[in-house]
Amino acid sequence: MLSEHCLFCHGEMGARVSWACFFEEAEESFLCPSCEAQLTEIQGETCQICCRPLEKLDPQYICGDLCYDCVRWEEDPEWKGHLQKNASLYLYNNFLKELISQYKFRGDYILAKAFSRKINEKLRRIEYDYIVPIPLSAERQFERGFNQSEALIREVGLSPAYLLQRTHSEKQSKKSRTERIHIPQVFELRAESEIKDKKILLIDDIYTTGSTLRHAAKILMQAGAKSVMSFTLARG
Amino acid sequence: MSNDSSNQISIIIEVFLLRFALIDNKLVPEPLLVKSTPTKPITQHDVIPQPPQNPSYSFNHDLQDLLKGKQLLLDDIPNSIQEIQAHYENGYLLLRKGITFRKNKPKCERCGNEAPSWFAVFPCSRCRESCIYCRKCIMMGRVSSCTLLYSWIENEHIDAQPFESPLLSWTGTLSPGQQTASAQVVEAIQGNKEYLVWAVCGAGKTEVLFEGIHYALLQGKRVCIATPRTDVVLELTPRLQAVFPTIQVASLYGGSEDRHKNAQLTITTTHQLLRFYHAFDTMILDEVDAFPYSVEEALQHAVKQARKTTSSMIYLTATPNSQWQKECRLGKRDFVTIPARYHRHPLPVPHFVWCGNWHKSLKQDRLPRNVMQWLQERIESGKQALFFIPKIDLIPKILPILKQLHPNIEAVHAEDPQRKEKVQAMRSKELLILVTTTILERGVTFPNLDVAILGSEDRIFTESALVQIAGRVGRSVQFPSGDITFFHFGKTEAMIKARNQIIAMNKEALEKGLIDVE
Ligand SMILES: [Zn+2]
Ligand SMILES: [Zn+2]
Ligand SMILES: [Zn+2]
Ligand SMILES: [Zn+2]
Repeated sequence: MLSEHCLFCHGEMGARVSWACFFEEAEESFLCPSCEAQLTEIQGETCQICCRPLEKLDPQYICGDLCYDCVRWEEDPEWKGHLQKNASLYLYNNFLKELISQYKFRGDYILAKAFSRKINEKLRRIEYDYIVPIPLSAERQFERGFNQSEALIREVGLSPAYLLQRTHSEKQSKKSRTERIHIPQVFELRAESEIKDKKILLIDDIYTTGSTLRHAAKILMQAGAKSVMSFTLARG
Repeated sequence: MSNDSSNQISIIIEVFLLRFALIDNKLVPEPLLVKSTPTKPITQHDVIPQPPQNPSYSFNHDLQDLLKGKQLLLDDIPNSIQEIQAHYENGYLLLRKGITFRKNKPKCERCGNEAPSWFAVFPCSRCRESCIYCRKCIMMGRVSSCTLLYSWIENEHIDAQPFESPLLSWTGTLSPGQQTASAQVVEAIQGNKEYLVWAVCGAGKTEVLFEGIHYALLQGKRVCIATPRTDVVLELTPRLQAVFPTIQVASLYGGSEDRHKNAQLTITTTHQLLRFYHAFDTMILDEVDAFPYSVEEALQHAVKQARKTTSSMIYLTATPNSQWQKECRLGKRDFVTIPARYHRHPLPVPHFVWCGNWHKSLKQDRLPRNVMQWLQERIESGKQALFFIPKIDLIPKILPILKQLHPNIEAVHAEDPQRKEKVQAMRSKELLILVTTTILERGVTFPNLDVAILGSEDRIFTESALVQIAGRVGRSVQFPSGDITFFHFGKTEAMIKARNQIIAMNKEALEKGLIDVE
């Protein structure tokens, strides 16, 4: 399906689209050229663990092919080796910030399609047994009506495996909205027997500090996973 | 990889689900069911039963303040769903479906959107179904097919509390043209009628509303002034608050704080109007002409929803669209004109000057000779000017050419982060000429100004845009005239209509003795 309007700015896609229909291998596109041009793919040298571009990083924060953050995580015996590698697609620039906020905070689900083709290209190169979305709390899931990481997986035509969940306490509906918002967030396993010796690929929308993904990786590794990698749409 | 095992572990996450059971002719949401009962998403309940009001129920006044005259989403209501449900069961809440279907085609009940390209579908974890949502008004919270719009059911008799002492604190005087219009507005508000005030740029249309608003407020009526632009909301709020010092004024625009204030006088952007439902006894819609034709339908929907069934409707405009002008001519629309400015000088009439294929000149980094000459004259006399251009992408071409003439020339457009600073620099006379897209067609006034348009044949320059642009000139009493030139590569109907409209207004003003002959 080719859309006539840009999914983000709603501008007309123009003649390009109708022409593209004649060619079978025409790439489906959901963003207009001027929106597309504002996305910056991560290229060049990156940290071998977290995918942070090393180019613009001050050399004092680089150790070999790792960034200083990752070195610190790996020096800590509690976190060492849990997250094998992260891959990210785009730089988290202002445009992507707006796009992602429209997508997840406004709940504009269809924007997941704008990334599908590129995500698919990336995921094909990664070997894994389970593709696992970072879960949302029940409150967030209700608020948004969908899990943004899960939607990214579904829109490339894959089936997410729900190995994790956020720990939640008493029945949510008993609380007022304000109370519902402030619940501590920790992960727990939901299908422990499935994890042993499996290669897990975690999916999240943004890698910022890496702490969410490392928490998830840790609990999966402790349950006997063979390896945990991650993929995020954006690298902050 | 194989998906078999991952399917086995794809358990749906438990959240509180927005599915409803029908019990004793009341809808009960799934999380509040005492015993297990089959539930359906709201789309599959044909009607939403409306329980009768229980007068002895002690309702929550905060909830009343929040929902009175509004149509809000569950997400906008801080109360627990038990409390919300209790108010519904006791007949205090009106629940409406956010998306309705006619012949399987969705319509957003909040914003009126019916265009298929503005809807999308997602697997919704609220209702566990495929949910259709409206992308058009998503900035105000997503309305999807499982969404309900919540309103307060008002008891009209208790509601209106008339005032006895005057509320109006204004000592200015109205021009004869304003006086006529003001009296008509009062009459329209008294009779709950629809009325159009057609006032030329600089006529002073806001003052014309004071008496009418005062009358409505004295009756305990709720009044709304809606305008397409945030700037206008920001400008009108302190002005009206000063005129009605004892009245609560709510000021609503994207990101404003007053969102849920249940005030007697509401000043809002038309966008924020979407949160209201049967709220106002008097609705005033400013700058009707500022809306592109495509937006008009959505606007009509918003206005209709926000008005009470019995209410008055005042439209303000400097230039009605041709349909409305025709209705005025044929006597099908009640209207009054204020054909003259407050300062009793006629409106400057635009000159049409043919400037050839200016696109071609620009390709050779030149502007047509007569355009250059016009600019040169302003530079020599030191008179400030606005130079309108049809498209933002012309700026990098045109600005360097003009900068060679004089350094104090800048360009501004809608997304310009320095827009405010540049307009300010124009005010303080640091700038001599400001190149602009149509964003400065309304609102801003500079006292002593000439105006030119390059390429007035472009279709962005509609009749109303051209009248507005011409209306920038001669606004102050000290400098009541000025030059307005449309440089064109072929006259358009819009240009001719705009000039005729201005000439007709001047003629009418002269006949009515509203301007002085020079
Ligand atoms: Zn676009
Ligand atoms: Zn790193
Ligand atoms: Zn809508
Ligand atoms: Zn739903």
